[in-house]
Amino acid sequence: MTGLVEINDLKKTYVMGSNVVRALDGVSLDIRRGEYISIVGPSGSGKSTLMNMIGCLDVPDSGNYLLDGVDVSDMNDRDLAEIRSEKIGFVFQGFNLLPRLTALENVELPLIYRGYSHKKRRELALEALDRVGLGERVHHKPTELSGGQMQRVAVARALAGNPPVLLADEPTGNLDTNTGKEILAMLERIHEQGNTIILITHDNSLADQAKRKIEIRDGRIIHDEEVRK
Amino acid sequence: MNFLQSLKMAVTSIFSNKGRSFLTMLGVIIGVAAVIAATGFAMGSTASITDSIESLGSNKLSVTIIDRNSNRDIDYEDFKAFTDENPDLISKMAPTVNGTSTVKYQTTVSEGVNVIGTSPDYADINDMHVQDGRYILELDMEYRQKIAVIGTAVANELFGRTNPIGETIKLDGTPFTIVGVLEQKDGGQDGGEDDVIIIPVTTAQRVYRSATIRTFTVLVSESEKVAETQSLIEDFLFETYLSEDAYRVFNSAQILDTLEDITGTMALILGGIAVISLLVGGIGIMNIMLVSVTERTREIGIRKAIGARRSSILSQFIIEALVITGLGGLIGIAIGVGAIFLIISNFVPPVVDPIWMVMSFGFSLLIGLLFGIFPAYKAANLNPIEALRYE
Repeated sequence: MTGLVEINDLKKTYVMGSNVVRALDGVSLDIRRGEYISIVGPSGSGKSTLMNMIGCLDVPDSGNYLLDGVDVSDMNDRDLAEIRSEKIGFVFQGFNLLPRLTALENVELPLIYRGYSHKKRRELALEALDRVGLGERVHHKPTELSGGQMQRVAVARALAGNPPVLLADEPTGNLDTNTGKEILAMLERIHEQGNTIILITHDNSLADQAKRKIEIRDGRIIHDEEVRK
Repeated sequence: MNFLQSLKMAVTSIFSNKGRSFLTMLGVIIGVAAVIAATGFAMGSTASITDSIESLGSNKLSVTIIDRNSNRDIDYEDFKAFTDENPDLISKMAPTVNGTSTVKYQTTVSEGVNVIGTSPDYADINDMHVQDGRYILELDMEYRQKIAVIGTAVANELFGRTNPIGETIKLDGTPFTIVGVLEQKDGGQDGGEDDVIIIPVTTAQRVYRSATIRTFTVLVSESEKVAETQSLIEDFLFETYLSEDAYRVFNSAQILDTLEDITGTMALILGGIAVISLLVGGIGIMNIMLVSVTERTREIGIRKAIGARRSSILSQFIIEALVITGLGGLIGIAIGVGAIFLIISNFVPPVVDPIWMVMSFGFSLLIGLLFGIFPAYKAANLNPIEALRYE
């Protein structure tokens, strides 16, 4: 297993009025290819900031971040967009599907930004939908799908381009317990097929589903351990 | 991401909100339709006026007397003498005195008939031919004969199948003997070119009590000599009136020039109105696009998170604006052309100039680009993290 995410002494401060918030206060973290890892912490702990950094939506004030061997810590907007397109698959709490597009079109969207041909997009999107068990409802709009189905579409969208990192931010937060379990089981399966998954949550029991758990508080990592089952 | 993809996204988003998209387009639609219809009307009327001026012929001069001081007058005899002095320049000359009379033959009455008092040359200048009898002669002028040549419309109305030659009609009570009937010119309808009575100008001056002849038409022998003849006539008139403001001498080329000036000005005004209305439409588009960017903040955040670049978002929104204005332009052109053929063609001949279509379509696109850039720029520059948090 090789290093996929190599974070070294990452710092990020936000100024909110007269308050200076140290969202990340010297975080170092290595994630290897194929890991299933959870980042857990209460709200305001800095886990969202860390997720945004890992997901290349934001850049740190100081520190280094090598993603798949590429230093992304001080990339410009354009290059970050490219990295997101190539390396990251996002799954959000609120699904974040485009309501006007069908499930298939939603899954194809990141592939459009990669510049893939129509045929290749369709192939990969159908494959991804198949992986999440939604092979039949591909032409439905999000409003015609249940919450669990929507989150499956979102996972398929994140998987379609086969990016090295799958970032899931509270993926069960908007779902009932049973459906949440289904989604977690699916993530487990995807992990077993070789994908690297980073699960961000505030819920400890959810975090225990991963193989490795990282606890973050006040912008620092306070625990980093294998989950014993 | 290629252009076709952006186009497809733009069309999807426009059609997903048809009502609003249509209202947004309306400014452009009305602006473009107005331009097409108005220019069509302007060009149609210009064409019909140009037509009638050109039918005058290029070596004709038209003299108008403006001065109302009856102490100084140029009569037919004066102008005739001047014409005879310059036979190498002036080939024909005809005065005109226009009147409208009630015409009576026995018990048949025709009201509002156009009566023209003129000279023998009038027939040649205006390409008139007598089909029966004779035209006015110089002798009739001298003796102020009460004779008349009538058009076919008058002949048909008053005489039916009777031969009118030699019959006597009364013009406002004065008896005239008919000596000739003109050939039909425009179908013999009422109020047209055939609804006319021609009498000697000297007689007309007496009957209509108009001492001054206000209009003379001069046919120049060769078109190269028009300018020379014009200044000679002006000199001759100046000797009598001693003021350049008392008369005007026009040639048809000058009239066409003036007309072209007017048309040019008209086109400029129309263009100005078009620009203003399209700018107003453009502001409307910008407004809606800004609202739409705000509404779609989350969508933009999602797109950015999954790999859309600034340029992808920018082109998506600009293309959306271009599609709206382009579509609006096309609908506007269709409505404008429809208006020309369905409504305007009732008044002037329908003229559709492709240049105006291309120009107004191009201008619509320009407006889309101009007013689409700002909202698109705003969308492209959204921070993805904040955009994703937007409810």
